[in-house]
Parts: sequence; C-alpha cells; structure tokens
Amino acid sequence: MSEPSPLALPTTAVADRPLLQVRDLSMRFGGLLAVDNIHFDVHGNQIFAVIGPNGAGKTTVFNCIGGFYRPTSGTVLLDGHSIHGLPSHRIARLGLVRTFQNVRLFKNMTVVENLLISQHAQLETGLLHGLFKTPKYRRAEAEALERAAFWLEKVNLLPVANREAGNLAYGQQRRLEIARCMITQPKLLMLDEPAAGLNPQETRDLDRLINELRAENDVAVLLIEHDMSLVMGISDEILVMEYGRPIANGAPEQIRNDPQVIKAYLGEE
Amino acid sequence: MPRHFSEAVLVALLAGLLTVPILGIQIQVEGIHVSLEGNPAPVLLAMAVVFLLRLLQVPLKAASGLMHITRRFPLPTHLPTAYRPFLLALVIVAAAIWPFTASRGSVDIATLALIYVMLGLGLNVVVGFAGLLDLGYVAFYAVGAYGYALLSMHFGLSFWECLPLCVIMAATTGCLLGFPVLRLRGDYLAIVTLGFGEIIRLLLNNLDHLTGGPDGIGNIPKPTLFGLEFARRPSIEGGTTFHEFFGLDYNGADTVVFLYLVALVMTLLILYMINRLIRMPVGRAWEALREDEIACRSLGLNPTVIKLSAFGFGASTAGFAGAFFAARQGFINPESFTFIESAIVLAIVVLGGMGSQIGVILAAIALTALPEIARQFAEYRMLIFGLVLVLMMIWRPQGLLPATRPRLELPVRPEAPQ
Repeated sequence: MSEPSPLALPTTAVADRPLLQVRDLSMRFGGLLAVDNIHFDVHGNQIFAVIGPNGAGKTTVFNCIGGFYRPTSGTVLLDGHSIHGLPSHRIARLGLVRTFQNVRLFKNMTVVENLLISQHAQLETGLLHGLFKTPKYRRAEAEALERAAFWLEKVNLLPVANREAGNLAYGQQRRLEIARCMITQPKLLMLDEPAAGLNPQETRDLDRLINELRAENDVAVLLIEHDMSLVMGISDEILVMEYGRPIANGAPEQIRNDPQVIKAYLGEE
Repeated sequence: MPRHFSEAVLVALLAGLLTVPILGIQIQVEGIHVSLEGNPAPVLLAMAVVFLLRLLQVPLKAASGLMHITRRFPLPTHLPTAYRPFLLALVIVAAAIWPFTASRGSVDIATLALIYVMLGLGLNVVVGFAGLLDLGYVAFYAVGAYGYALLSMHFGLSFWECLPLCVIMAATTGCLLGFPVLRLRGDYLAIVTLGFGEIIRLLLNNLDHLTGGPDGIGNIPKPTLFGLEFARRPSIEGGTTFHEFFGLDYNGADTVVFLYLVALVMTLLILYMINRLIRMPVGRAWEALREDEIACRSLGLNPTVIKLSAFGFGASTAGFAGAFFAARQGFINPESFTFIESAIVLAIVVLGGMGSQIGVILAAIALTALPEIARQFAEYRMLIFGLVLVLMMIWRPQGLLPATRPRLELPVRPEAPQ
C-alpha cells in the first residue's frame, strides 16, 4: 500500500500551504443539515479552536474530517491531498488523529498496552519474527516500550504505567488519550473537548501540555472546547459555529468582540 | 411463611395443569387399537417437586448466595511464574508417557479429546480474543478433513504433505468468507457463519461426484512416521512398516498411541502459536478491537485486516484439526460436520472461559471424555449438557477458569515516584 508521501513534494511549496483545508463541508442526516458549508484552514503548528453552543455540529465536523462520517458534500485536504472519503484508519495513518468527547481507552488493558496499540502501524515486524522472537522483533518491542515510557513521562503517567487504563482517574484518562495519539507522531491532533470534566488545576496543566506539544513536536492542534478561558488563551484562530453554520472566524480578540458571536452565546436583546 | 405456602400451592397447581398433557396422558397400544390413558403418578411427582422447590426457595437462595461467595475465591490460575515452565514441562512429559501405560480405548478417547482441544483453542482466538461470534466453525474443520481426504485420494499425497495444504485451504476459505462479512457488525457475522456451516455440509452431501455425497470417503491413509506405516503389511509394494523396521511384533495399539502422540504434538504447536500471537502486536490488536473498534480506527488500525487475521487463524486451526480427524477416522462423511459440532466447540469455549486457554483445554477434555466414559447416560447427554450451560451462565458466566490476560508491563524504574 503506497500512499503519496507528502515529504516528496518540494518543501518551499509546503511552507505556505495550509496543513488542513476544509472546503464547503456539509453533512446531512435525513432532514437535518448538521453541518452547513463549513470552510476553514489549519496551518502547520497552529492551534485552531472550533467553538459553539451544544448541538452546533462541532463533533460532526470532526467526524467528517476523520473519516468516521462520509460528508454529504465538500472537500477535505490534508497536506494538499484529498482525504475525502478515505476510511478513518487510512486518514489516521496519514497523520491526523483524534481524541473523543467521551474518553475511549482500552479499559481492560494496561496504560502501557494502550500506548503499544497505537504504535501498531509502526510495529508490524512480520509474523515469523514475532513467532520466533527474533532479535529484530525484540528490538522493535523494546523501542516501542521506550517510546511509551517517554510519552508517559511527558503526560506525567509513568507511576501508573502498569495499571489498567479503566482504573485511572478521569483526568489521567484524558492525558493518556492524548499520549496515545501523540505516540503515532501525527501532523494534526484533533481534541474533542479535552477539558471536559477536568478541575481548574488540570485544565491549566492541559493548557501547558498542548502548548508544549505544539512547541516540541511540531504538531498542529484542532480543538473543540467549551472552556472559554482555555480557548481564548491558547488558540491562534477560532471558528464559531451555530446550527451547523459558521458565524465567525478569526483571532481570539476578534471573536470576543464579534456581535454575532455574542448574540449566539448570550441571546438577542 | 403462610404466604410462601399458598404461593407454593398455586405454583404446584399450575405445574400440574401444564404437565397433564405432557406427562399425564400415555398412549396405550393394544393390538391395532390406540387409546389414551390417564397416568397421574408423574404429574403428582412433578407437582410435588415444584411445590417443594417453591417452598424452599428462600433457603435455596441463601445457598446460592454461598455459591456467590465461593466465586470470590477463584481457583488458583496464577501460579508463581517461576514454577510455570517446570510445571508445563511436567504436564507435557506426563501427557507423552501416559498412552504407553493406558488402555487402547482410553488413548483413543484422549486423541478425540485432543482434536476438540485444538478446535476449542482455535475458536477461542476468534470468539474469546477477537470477539467475533462464529457459529459455523465446523465448516473449516470439514474443509481440512475433506481437503486431506481428496488430496490423498486423487494425488496420493501423504498426511504430512497435506497438513500445510489443508491449513492454507481452510485459511483461504476463512478469508474469502470473512472479507465481505467482517466489515459488518457482529450479529451479522454470527448469522452468515451459521449459514456458511450449513452450506458447506450441504455441498459435501450433494457434490456426489467429488465428495462421495452421504457415503463419504473411505480408506483415508493414516499418518506415517518418516515414511513408516503403522499396518500389518505395507500398503505399497516395497514399503516398510513400523514394526518391521524396528523388528517388533505387530501390535494394533501402536497406531493408536502414535495417533495420540501426533495429536499431542499438533496441539502443542497450536498452543505455542497462540501464546506467541496474543503477545504480539496482532494479538494486542485483536483484543483492542474487541474493546473499542472506533478507537482502533482512530489510531490507524485497519479493523478488517485485524479481524480477518483472527478469523483466518481460527479457520486454519480448524483445518489443521480436520486433516488429522480424517486421518484418524480413515473415513469421513458429512454427518461428522453438522451444526451440533460447531455448538459443542462453542460450548467448550464458553464453558472454559472465553479467552482462557487452560479453561478451554479442560472444558474440551471434559466435554469429550465424560460422554465416552459415562456411556450408560448417553440418552441424557444433551439434557445434562444444556443444564450445565444454564447453570454456568447463572453462577459462573466467565467460565470455569476465567481468562487472565498476559499483561504487558513496563519494567519498574527505580526513579519513578510512586
């Protein structure tokens, strides 16, 4: 299976091209137009937030981009290549991974095992190597464990590495889910309400973690979030949605003072 | 107490009403006349049993409460890891020496039990680890058995040459069937595999010119030991038999012991394969997929390929066992591959505990050896079988020996603060 490698393109062309381009994206469920003509760009190393009242269609946008839904119309380009209609696991292998609004860990597996699962694509050393425990296989497994340890350290979960993931505290589960994504070395990390259910201290830690990830791992972050202080502080650009439609798009300052956004959130006078 | 009593009376009366048509009327045949005759004894007995059970319901519940407590003291599945290789070696050696001391009949039954152990272990991967409900597992067993029978009949290939071919054939069949179906949700898989099992059996029954139809295929050669046959006389001119080569007297029991040992080696091979696979990335992926398919997809795991690998591995194990089954029986026909076989193998997996290999092995031995030993209760076999399954679902739904997953752990680092 050979995917066109974006690395093969001249780097100069990549520099000013957005990492993710979403064009005229619409998603219809029967009579309900859940997403209506959404249009935005995420640049490399950018933190981009999608906000809006409940039911505005934010998660649906995520599901469309990630290949969990097949959008009714519109295009999605990652690194200039269309990922529209690809199955979700192919999109993930192209470097676009996500977390879920309700944490989706492998609850009966240990924390470390959760991190090994997400390295599956990189870990395929071949059946015979595994059956006979060849040195190549042992090395690959050891390296995978090493990477897992690195990321556990990063999200401060090393002390609970051998616990079952389902037994972790909620905040820890959220961090594990982020580590599980990051270990795949994604280009774009999509976080669906990462601060939901976190206490103020944990939210501040999350803020720092996201900034660190961006700075150290050259990853762009697309997030859905309701915690306004987090969103306003962390985002480079914000898209506001209401009833599936985009109502504003711009820097946090702009969004804060946009009359339509204020109307959507506080209601009309 | 009076309330319990009146309730019990009511329930007993209901039981009497329901049992009258079933137990209370007997058909009497006198010459050519058939007449119905009342027979109150069984009805009264049933009423008495129901009455007593209802009356004693409360004390019985308390007793079952005690059973629940026993669940908190599970059988020791965790042996100290240091003893494990030693114990494993001991069991293998004992299993290898045992046939030389046992009677021919019991070795034969043990061989049959080993076939079911192989089938159970294979289905355990599909149902227990990957969580795919396969109700037509016997189809792949049939593919292996008929594969060997036909290959040896038409091309004169030996058992050892056919074994890998049968495995490949069964795996291919599994993949061909699985590919379109595994994309769908689990329930559909159960239905389609159920149908597929029947289709294979009907094909075997009706493709007379190829499979011999209901008459089956006979004279299937037994496995040889490096070309040495286990027979009184070599079947081909100039061949050597086992007893001639070693200068022994011919003994029919040698064949039985040899077949047992072949089955034992095959079982150990499967056991080794499975134990490697579940610790490898693919085995972890099976489990992850069973837990959360969407999360797997979001991390770049291709669900179809992973399910297919589990399904294909299960099918190839069945093909492996099937080829041996054909060789052992020397004769096969479609009657050996009915739905009840799939059901028995599935029951082995459920009884043993899904995902638990020791449990599955013990359940396979119990379910094949017990009916053979207790032949006088053969009529009640299915009844007892059903009863055991129902009781298991009530008291021990996780199986005899619940699975303990091989947990992969990060080596403890001294600097890690706890």
